[in-house]
Amino acid sequence: MGKPTKQRRKGQVAARAKGPSGAGMAMVKNNPFEVKVNKQKFNILGRRTKHDVGLPGVSRSKAVKKRTQTLLKEYKEREKSSVFKDKRFGEYNTKISPEEKMMKRFALERQQNHEKKSIYNLNEDEELTHYGQSLADIEKLNDVIDSDSDTEERGILSAELTAAHFGGGGGLLRRKALTGEQDEEEEKPKSRKELIEELIAKSKQEKRERQTQRENALELTEKLDTDWKEIQTLLSHKTPKSERKDKEEEKPKPDEYDMIVRELGFEMKAQPSDRMKTEEELAKEEQERLQKLEADRLRRMHGKDEQENKKKPKHMSADDLADGFILDKDDRRLLSYKGGKLNVGNEEEEGGNEEEEGESEEESEGEPGREDEEEAIVEEDDATDSPSDLESDMGSEEEVTANEEQKKKHKENEQKLQSEEEQNAKIEAARSELPYTFTVPESYEKLKSLLFGRKIEEQLVILERIQKCNHPSLAVGNKAKLEKLFGFLLEYIGELATVEPPELGTIDKLVLPLYGLCQMFPEAASSSVKFVLQDAAHDMEEMIEVKGRATFPGLDMFIYLKITAIVFPTSDFWHPVVTPALVYMSQLLTKCQVMTLQDVVKGLFVCCLFLEYVSLSQRFIPELINFLVGILHIAIPQKQPQGYTLVHPFRPAGKNSELLLVCDKKDMETWQKQNLPLSIMTRLKESSKTEINHFRLSCLAVCLDLIKKCAALYESLSSFHEIMQPIRVLLTEHIPVSEYPKQLQELHKNALKEIEDKGKHYTSMVCEKKKPVPLKLYMPKIVKVLEFGRKQGGSKEEQERKRLIHKHKREFKGAVREIRKDNQFLARMQLSEIMERDSDRKRKVKNLFNSLATQEGEWKAMKRKKFKN
Amino acid sequence: MAGPPIGLPDLAALPQADEEDVVLCAIRTCSRLFGALLERRELFVGQLPEEETSLADNYSAEDKYKIWMRHRYNSCVNCLVELMGHESFQVKELSLTTLMKFVELEGKYPLVKAEWKGSFSFPRELLKVSVVENLIPCEEDASLLISRFQEYLEYDDIRYFVMKAVAENIGQVMQKTKEVPLPIYQQNVFSLISSISMPSKENEVVSFMVKQANQEEWKVSKLKEHKRAFERMWLGFLKHKLPTGLYKKVLVILHDSILPYLNEPTLMIDFLTVAYDIGGAISLLALNGLFVLIQQHNLEYPDFYKKLYSLLDPSIYHVKYRARFFHLADLFLSSSHLPAYLVAAFIKRLSRLALTAPPQALLMVIPFICNLFRRHPACKVLVHRPGGPEDLSEDPYIMDEEEPSESRALESSLWELQTLQRHYHPDVAQAAAVVNQSLSELEDDISGLLELSAYELFDRELKKKATGVPLEFEQVRGLFGKKDDLFAEHFALE
Repeated sequence: MGKPTKQRRKGQVAARAKGPSGAGMAMVKNNPFEVKVNKQKFNILGRRTKHDVGLPGVSRSKAVKKRTQTLLKEYKEREKSSVFKDKRFGEYNTKISPEEKMMKRFALERQQNHEKKSIYNLNEDEELTHYGQSLADIEKLNDVIDSDSDTEERGILSAELTAAHFGGGGGLLRRKALTGEQDEEEEKPKSRKELIEELIAKSKQEKRERQTQRENALELTEKLDTDWKEIQTLLSHKTPKSERKDKEEEKPKPDEYDMIVRELGFEMKAQPSDRMKTEEELAKEEQERLQKLEADRLRRMHGKDEQENKKKPKHMSADDLADGFILDKDDRRLLSYKGGKLNVGNEEEEGGNEEEEGESEEESEGEPGREDEEEAIVEEDDATDSPSDLESDMGSEEEVTANEEQKKKHKENEQKLQSEEEQNAKIEAARSELPYTFTVPESYEKLKSLLFGRKIEEQLVILERIQKCNHPSLAVGNKAKLEKLFGFLLEYIGELATVEPPELGTIDKLVLPLYGLCQMFPEAASSSVKFVLQDAAHDMEEMIEVKGRATFPGLDMFIYLKITAIVFPTSDFWHPVVTPALVYMSQLLTKCQVMTLQDVVKGLFVCCLFLEYVSLSQRFIPELINFLVGILHIAIPQKQPQGYTLVHPFRPAGKNSELLLVCDKKDMETWQKQNLPLSIMTRLKESSKTEINHFRLSCLAVCLDLIKKCAALYESLSSFHEIMQPIRVLLTEHIPVSEYPKQLQELHKNALKEIEDKGKHYTSMVCEKKKPVPLKLYMPKIVKVLEFGRKQGGSKEEQERKRLIHKHKREFKGAVREIRKDNQFLARMQLSEIMERDSDRKRKVKNLFNSLATQEGEWKAMKRKKFKN
Repeated sequence: MAGPPIGLPDLAALPQADEEDVVLCAIRTCSRLFGALLERRELFVGQLPEEETSLADNYSAEDKYKIWMRHRYNSCVNCLVELMGHESFQVKELSLTTLMKFVELEGKYPLVKAEWKGSFSFPRELLKVSVVENLIPCEEDASLLISRFQEYLEYDDIRYFVMKAVAENIGQVMQKTKEVPLPIYQQNVFSLISSISMPSKENEVVSFMVKQANQEEWKVSKLKEHKRAFERMWLGFLKHKLPTGLYKKVLVILHDSILPYLNEPTLMIDFLTVAYDIGGAISLLALNGLFVLIQQHNLEYPDFYKKLYSLLDPSIYHVKYRARFFHLADLFLSSSHLPAYLVAAFIKRLSRLALTAPPQALLMVIPFICNLFRRHPACKVLVHRPGGPEDLSEDPYIMDEEEPSESRALESSLWELQTLQRHYHPDVAQAAAVVNQSLSELEDDISGLLELSAYELFDRELKKKATGVPLEFEQVRGLFGKKDDLFAEHFALE
């Protein structure tokens, strides 16, 4: 019991002693008797409470103090008219800090005194100057060091160095300081004058030393600078480390040891590693690189510094092993695919081939090095017509394609060599050198003029460079420009498909940049593909209106549809591009007349497209089945459709109803299945009857295979047999299988087997169970709480109004309370005054009585004495 | 009185000249000259004597002049009739308008003596021989000229006499050729008579080219007479065998531009039943006319629904008249007194055929089928048969059965709609998925879907707003470079 009270008293004492200082406050706060806890009824999550703990004692004393300072003063001066005014400088200016105030006051005072005394003051020190510098300063002999006078630092450095000489480590300075002190102590016996002289001499010597050192360092840095500049002019010329070292060593050094130590010190420091570069930076670097290359190319084109180049030492890569090995002939090959398979080189360098395959993993990592090597070759050559020039260009060419290959790293194990012919073609292609930077073509014509007539590889390089030079992160307008590029490229592909003969190889390669662009700008890509589709559908609609029937569009449209399948996912339930494309394809199969063999090929192409579109989603396409039935129909001789019905565009009889019928037995026997060339869509070659018959059989083979694929795809559909019924009838009853060649018979058998193998299972349909309708309930109204602690609901004005009312109410309450407290305080004061007055009076009266009593007593005593006496 | 213009005979013969401009000028001159002469009544009126005899006879000089002039006029008209066969359309057109001008003027200033007072005169012969017969030649397509002639058909009198003339002409030509099909002639006749728009009320017969004194008594102003002429003309035309294209065209306009203007629409029953029995698109089209007859004229058609049922074949989803057919089918099947087996057979057949339908038709037919379920709740077993047979090896429905009652449709289920839930078009798939749930009470309104065309469907898809465009993630390797690309198997990039 005793302890806490004691402590408390102690605390109180302390608090009283220190007043309202921080420690006292903390004491008060820790004191449970001073603290009043406002109990909370509910804990509300997210609400910040300000007033959970109150200190009534503290706040009351504060309030009383404040009142005595203001209210009480007023009260006491209530009947006084004279005012005390403090006219001291800045007395009422709160902006000036007390120190400043004092300073100013002091200054003013001095000024006043000065003015008064100046007449008699002869020893006035006017400042004398020499060249604008005060003589007093000069007399101090302070050596003013002109430029970045970091004498202190240098001092430290030297100290550091000296310490390093003696194997110094961590606390160099401290040690130095200690030694200094010791020196002083030792030299104590010397006279003061000597000491000072010694000091001066020492300092002077030190100064001189420092100066020389500084000069040396300056000289060195200058030399380094010039060296660096030399290197810079060489662009990618980087003096190899070994060379640089040699140079440095050759220099006569004032202190070799120092240098080595310094170097070691530098090396010991851990350099911060380069941060990861952002995409923009990478793009910028890439652009800069291309620009640099472009500048280089221009320079070479003008032949400006050929002589200079000759004198210069051979460029060496940073990663050069300096073993004298130069890869002067790039014998790597590019990948190529042909017909879905890798194009295998059939040349004599089989050994190299294997090696390449083995290294394929490392190749991508070793790429930069190789690039450098290639650059080296670029730098090396000078004569524009020399073969090496040719190679160098090839190098840069390969570099880009190599980059592309890097993208396809996951396919790397499939990498193989390119055929010799293609390599030759490449060299040919590289001959016409390309610029390194391109602006984005503003119109389709410009793109066409840029690309048309060039080799495939060049076109790819151009497109890639356009994309790199105009990456969206490099400039504001680039995004819009590149977005347009997709449309132009699409148009260009369309044009390539319409020329005679169609440049399908180019299209095949151009799909890659198209895919890349699409990945960058999906919105733009979708809108341009949609535009193409809309155009095509509109054309078809117009043709139907004018002519009454439609014909299949050109090859370009089919390429577009195929590209759609490549760049967009076709398995979506709904897709802004793919769904319209599907509808358009459905129109192709139902509206377009099949009049020639080309139309058959086009129709089969669309069938393939359909199957590809739904290969993953396995959706049902009635048009596809109808069309295949029609194709089978035009391949059979007897023209009475029994057991199946044809729908538009096929007719049971009439022109073109025997388009695929082959009667010639000999042609049947000589037929070999071959892939249908796409070029046939634009132009059917003038060929012999046999060839045409073979072609018909190929079409039929495709059709049968498609039927097989369909059957496999749709086997899970509940009406599979109903769907396949017409095809089955045609295959079993009408097709003259026995006359067909073996290969076709095989296909026929497979297709039929695929259809008939499926079992027939029908289960009665049952509706999904209806959910019971729930009873109506009075649900609480749920209001979304946007911000805690705020009153919700109502418009903004309403909320503001409520807020103001609330604030007013609170202020009003507060003011009333304040007034009440003021009154209480005043009343208390008055009361105490009265009490004081009363007590004073009582005391005085008492005194009076006392004195009177004593007087009376004395008088009585005297009287008694007198009486006695 | 002015003397006869010099060189008039030459002028009348001039239209035979070769040059087109000359011919056109000559026609215009003739038109103006004889128009003026007709207005001035300077042509001989009445029975025209022979040219030679008139010169000899004792006519006055003025009469002789008039007779001669009338002869010139006649030869001019003959010339114009010949020119109607000219190869240049401009010449033809000008001849036609000139002849029609003569018709108008002759009506106003008749060249025939009125037989009695108050009789009506109209240059009937001129109209029939010179105009109508040349408008419907047997050899060439005269549709352009006919469309030019259409403005004259606005006049009630012209129309009336043209109808009569056409009816006569058909009879004559057909008799002459003895039922040898004359497609071009029939085509011409059709384009002429299909462009006739009949007045529907008595008081609409008011516009006449030739005004008569007591108009009301003239039978041309009676609607009934018009209708009779119209009916005779059409029946005369339809009596003969028509080529298929024309057949369809007639059937297309039959219900709203022929049937209402006949005095006796029931006379068309034979024609319609024959057409209905032909099958295919013609039957579909005949349905409309038949419907009008059944609905308004108490036609009793035996086995109507059976016939309708047999009309359902895959082509109904592909033909142009799809909207019309389904509109009517909707009407026919809206009766709640139909037996459930019949409706079930229709539903089953429609959905079976839907397996070959294009998306725009599917979008229409699926709500159609749902409406049938709503009207005939007894058919709901097709989509909801709890406790039904689990493992059937065959669909009980017999597609080839022509009699709906024998088709066993009620024992089957709508697996076809189940299949269509996997249709590639998202809207179709969604529409087909409706049958999985129990249907709502209200019928779907299919009137807006009937006319849906493939292009509209395409457009609708294009205009849908998308929030984002998903992209293919599979890295591309080339045009045919996808994993097991179907194209690489069958096509070569050559």
